[in-house]
Amino acid sequence: MLIDVLGGFIQELRTAGLPVSMVETIDAMEALRHTDLGDRPAFKAALGATLVKNVRHYEAFDTAFEVYFALSRSDESSAGEPGVPGPRGEGSGQGSGGDADLEELLEALARALAADDTAWLQSLARQAVDQLAGMEPGRPVGGTYYLYRTLRQLDVDGLFDQLVEEALATAGPLNDFDERLLREELEDRIDRLREEIKAEIRRRLVADRGAEAVAKTLRKPLIEDTELMHATRADLVELEHVIQPLARKLAARLARRRRLRRDGRLDFRRTVRKSLATGGVPIEPQFRAPKPYKPEVFLLCDISGSMATFARFALQFVYAMSNEFSKLRAFAFIDALDEVTSYFSRETEFSEALQRISSEAQVVWLDGHSDYGRSLEQFWTGYGQSLSAKSTVIITGDARSNYRGPQAEVLEAIHDVARAVYWLNPEPRSYWNTGDSVMGKYAVFCDDVYEVRNLRQLETFVESIAEQGHRRLPLHKVG
Amino acid sequence: MHQVPFSTPGEVSDALEAVDYLSDPTISQTVFLAERLAKPVLVEGPAGVGKTELAKALAKIHDRRLIRLQCYEGLDEAKALYEWNYKKQLLRIQAEKGAEWRAIEDDIFAEEFLLTRPLLEAITSTEPVVLLIDEVDRVEVETEALLLEVLSDFQVSIPELGTIRAASAPLVILTSNNTRELSEALKRRCLFLHIGYPSVGREKQIILARVEGITDHLADQVARVVRSIRSHQLRKPPSVSETLDWARTLIELGVTEVDAAAVKDTLNVLLKYQTDIEKVADAYTGPDPIEPPVA
Repeated sequence: MLIDVLGGFIQELRTAGLPVSMVETIDAMEALRHTDLGDRPAFKAALGATLVKNVRHYEAFDTAFEVYFALSRSDESSAGEPGVPGPRGEGSGQGSGGDADLEELLEALARALAADDTAWLQSLARQAVDQLAGMEPGRPVGGTYYLYRTLRQLDVDGLFDQLVEEALATAGPLNDFDERLLREELEDRIDRLREEIKAEIRRRLVADRGAEAVAKTLRKPLIEDTELMHATRADLVELEHVIQPLARKLAARLARRRRLRRDGRLDFRRTVRKSLATGGVPIEPQFRAPKPYKPEVFLLCDISGSMATFARFALQFVYAMSNEFSKLRAFAFIDALDEVTSYFSRETEFSEALQRISSEAQVVWLDGHSDYGRSLEQFWTGYGQSLSAKSTVIITGDARSNYRGPQAEVLEAIHDVARAVYWLNPEPRSYWNTGDSVMGKYAVFCDDVYEVRNLRQLETFVESIAEQGHRRLPLHKVG
Repeated sequence: MHQVPFSTPGEVSDALEAVDYLSDPTISQTVFLAERLAKPVLVEGPAGVGKTELAKALAKIHDRRLIRLQCYEGLDEAKALYEWNYKKQLLRIQAEKGAEWRAIEDDIFAEEFLLTRPLLEAITSTEPVVLLIDEVDRVEVETEALLLEVLSDFQVSIPELGTIRAASAPLVILTSNNTRELSEALKRRCLFLHIGYPSVGREKQIILARVEGITDHLADQVARVVRSIRSHQLRKPPSVSETLDWARTLIELGVTEVDAAAVKDTLNVLLKYQTDIEKVADAYTGPDPIEPPVA
């Protein structure tokens, strides 16, 4: 029985994108043998510790857990719970939702929130859903609809104001600082009430439609699978947190040669000198220190309107990278190109840097439509002399040049000088070279071109850098 | 001192509390399972929330030796596992000039010439130990592979000697600040535990347990203020260890009541970036009142 539910649960995790392996499934089963199944937090912790190996995946795990292991109502002692004293006995019934009931409920909620009593709050949330959500079995509406209905009738904002007022009254005069702390804490509690109501609605939906169906409606792509071109603001904020480790990894990959220890040649003179101490036996061979290898990275980002969301992401990546590389130069372009390196210093925050770029950088020349040819040429004439065999050039953009000349020969010149040229294109591969996309013309002069539509693909790019890192290939040069 | 294995996660909590480590249900449950399933625990979370402390506390509870492998970029086999003491080997060869090579060969690859490093040490120890592999995210992916054999089978293979199995399975704790994604292979072998910032209540308990001479009232205020500060978008939110430093600072300064001015004066203990300090200071007190308002 549990095995079946667990099987469904793990299937759901996999569908949501979590890489749950066979070994981990077995571990979970094994862990449950040692777990008190009646203890919900322990049960959840046991599954979490064995099945989820990434913080980013906790959200998906939480959602699936709530759906598959929702407390069925019979599990809880519904008899002796501290609900609203009264209404049940007076036969007002469920779902009738008279004004008097609502008032009583609000009154009780206010007290439960003030007392910060979780169990009480839970049972009140249940009652609120009973009375206010008007849930009907089989009705094809999402949980959000019910949530909205319940919250609107509860007038949560009003409840909050009331709470603050009462708390201030009991606490006596407070200075601004203490009042602020108090407010924040009460806000927290109100948020918890919202969560409780949400959970309750979900529970009922599961009872009505079955776990699988509900999980499907709640499923959200993992952050690494979110399309970057269509990412929401919230997604981008979340991305900000995950991108730093990736930038660090790329930095490590590019600088790899620096750390390969025995890279140095045998230092014959020092070996002989050292051998004198051991009677001429060269016990400790000495090596020349490998030359420190400092990669230089040139990042060129298309930040035109069509790329807006992706550009923000690309710049986030630049920002994260600039913390890792001492020699990183960043450029932004639309139909003109400007260096933006100085905006990304350690002290500035990303949002500030972004704002300064959009207001100060000279990236528009004529009409603010991408012009790759002109931008590349500007890069070559302005900064080409700083390129060397140590430079890696990374260009991000969709290569849609609005039917203007691509000037691919400029990229060829860049490619000839630089160690490597990589192109990251946020468009699906099948769109390349359609319409005004000139990806193919540029691809010839890139060491590699990557489709980077989501974080996972960016990771693939970072991974593959390692394999081909130091080979300087005369790639794609069709004779 | 807890010699027998725990029978419930509750016992883990109690034992941890006895050594001043305040756990939560998830931590206790994971530690409990780690001992039951004999699996390593990978502890992840922001800096300064008590990841390393957990390993230390566990060593204390069981009265076991703590063997620590501090990871860093460039850590290799010779520093993590074992190394042949080849100077000693050479001397051995020199000392036996004229002897049969076979005899010497067998001789110089004996345990006598082995320099044990933390991982091998943890495996060969006759007493059970707690092995702490700290900041495992700092080593390169390639080096991670070194750990796999130890983590899954508690054994080390030395080509010349054969496989050395653990006399007694060590309790292994790995910590990571998540600066880089660890390999799937490593994660698969571990139980995963994420320790985030504690709730106000738990942080208050931590302060009371760790800071001497603090009043209940002050501890409560400190915990609440820190929670509030963490809710800002900061580059580096204050960690638990910084909270403790701050509480100690307040006591040193004789502060009994935290107010906006006290926070502002001591903010540099909690926050490490100037931009963060300014942001929080502005939020609580508004711009510096000394500066004349712009007309």
